[in-house]
Amino acid sequence: MYVAVKGGEAAIRNAHSLLADRRRGDRSVPALRLDQIVEQLALGVDRVMSEGSLYDRELAALAIVQARGDMIEAIFLVRAYRTTLPRFGYSKPIDTGAMLVERRVSATYKDLPGGQLLGPTFDYTHRLLDPGLAAGADVAEPLRRETEKLAMPRVSAILAREGLIEADGQMPQDHVPGDITREPLEFPMARDIRLQALSRGDEGFLLALGYSTQRGYARNHPFVGEIRIGEVELELDVPELPFAAPLGTVRVTECQMVNQFKGSAKAPPQFTRGYGLVFGQSERKAMAMALCDRALRASELGEDVVAAAQDEEFVISHSDNVQATGFVEHLKLPHYVDFQAELDLVRRMRAEYEARENPTKVEEKREAAE
Amino acid sequence: MRGQEARDQAERKAAMATLAQSSGDDIVRLWNEAGLPSQAELLRGPETGLVTLRGRIGGGGAPFNVGEATVTRATVRLPSGQVGHCYALGRDKQKARLAAIADALWQDPARRAEVETRLIAPLRSALATTQEKRRAETAATKVDFFTMVRGED
Repeated sequence: MYVAVKGGEAAIRNAHSLLADRRRGDRSVPALRLDQIVEQLALGVDRVMSEGSLYDRELAALAIVQARGDMIEAIFLVRAYRTTLPRFGYSKPIDTGAMLVERRVSATYKDLPGGQLLGPTFDYTHRLLDPGLAAGADVAEPLRRETEKLAMPRVSAILAREGLIEADGQMPQDHVPGDITREPLEFPMARDIRLQALSRGDEGFLLALGYSTQRGYARNHPFVGEIRIGEVELELDVPELPFAAPLGTVRVTECQMVNQFKGSAKAPPQFTRGYGLVFGQSERKAMAMALCDRALRASELGEDVVAAAQDEEFVISHSDNVQATGFVEHLKLPHYVDFQAELDLVRRMRAEYEARENPTKVEEKREAAE
Repeated sequence: MRGQEARDQAERKAAMATLAQSSGDDIVRLWNEAGLPSQAELLRGPETGLVTLRGRIGGGGAPFNVGEATVTRATVRLPSGQVGHCYALGRDKQKARLAAIADALWQDPARRAEVETRLIAPLRSALATTQEKRRAETAATKVDFFTMVRGED
C-alpha cells in the first residue's frame, strides 16, 4: 500500500542555515566583497558569465560567492536569474575586427599585420606556485610601449586572399538565427544554433571532446589561426531612436581554428575552419569550442561521422552543464517509492530465478516452512 | 540640411555611447559638479532586461546568438518637452536615468554645449585615457622577432 508522507521542513530549514554559516566560514576572516571577486578571480567570473550565458560581472561574482566557489552551482544560479528578466531584443552582430585588442596571437603567421600581442597570458609561465602572492606582496605596474594604432585584421581575412581557405560561414539569405533559449533543440541543427549551444557549453566537456579530435577520434589537423581577446562595442536597434543604441562594451574571446582538409566529394582540398566566440577572457573554452565546431561540420563537408565529437546530437545534448547536473544530481533526491517498487520486482524475479535454478531446494524450504 | 541632421545624429549617438561606457559614479560626480538639472518625468523605467548578444560565424559570416547581457534602459521627458533615452549594459538604474536626462538635455539647443563640455567631454577623455593605457600595456607585450645570424661573414 502506498502511503503519502511528508516531512523534512525543519531539517531543510536548518540545513540551509547551516549552509549559510559554512559559506561564511570563520567570522574572524573578512568576508569577500564582490569587487574583490570581479577583480581578482576574473577568469572564474568570465567562466560563470559564459556558461551561465549572461554577461554581468557582478552577478557572476555574487553567484560564485553564493555557491561557495562551486562553478556549476554558480552557473545554475545565473541561468535561473536570467529567466526573471524581460527581453529587450537582439544586438547587432559584434565586429571582432574592430576590437580593442588585449591579446592576439597566431600560430600560423609570425608576421601578421598588427603583430603578436601576448597580453595577460599564463603561457610561458613556469607554473611554479608563488609564495610572494601568498604573502600579499605588492605588484608592479605593467610596462607600457607607446605605438601608433595599428589595424588588426582577422587572420582569416589574410588567408582568404590566397583562396586556399573557406570563407566565413554563411547561412541562406532568408535564414533567421535560431535561438535555443526560445525553441527546443532539434536535430540535425544549423551551424548557428550549434554555435550558440557550444558557446554556453561546459568547458570541461568541450575540452575533452576537442582533445579527443586531436588524439585521432575525428582527426582534423588544427592550427590556431588566431586567438584574440578584447573589448567590442555592442549596439541594439530600437524603434525610439533613428540609429542603433550604443550599449557599451563587452570583453570576448575569439578563436579561429584552421584545419587542413584533403577534400571530399563535396569540397575541394583547402583549409577549413572552426570558430569559437565566448564571453570574457576564456581562451581554453574558445579553442575547445572551435575544435568541436569543426568536428561537428563533418556531414556538411562530406566526412564520415565516426567519432563522438562529430556526433551532433551526442555533443549538443550533453554540453549543457546545468541540464547535466540537474539530471545527475536529481538521483540523490528521495526515490523511496520508485525504489520500493523495484525492490519488490527484484525480489519476485529472484524468487523465480531460484525456483528455476534449484527447484528441490525451494521445495525443501517450502516443506520446512510447512 | 540632411547633412546637418546626419551630423547631429552621429554626435548624439557618440554622446550616448560615451554615457553608456562610463561608470555611474563618474556620471554622478560630473553631474553634480556641473550642476545639471536632474528633474524630469520618467516615461519608462529605469528597468533592467536582457539583450541577446550576436556574433558572426567565422567573425564575418552569418549572425548567431552568443548569450545574453543585462541592459538597463530609461526614457525621460524634460519640463521643456525633450524626450531622452538611455540603454546601457549593466544594472545601474541611477546611471540609466541620468544618461537619459543627459540625452534629453543634449537635444535642447540651449543646453547642448553645456552637456558636451561639462559632462560628455570629461567622460570621453577619461575613457580615452583608460583605453590608451590599456593599448600601451598590450603593446609592451608585442613579440619582436629577430633572426639569429649563424657564424660570421
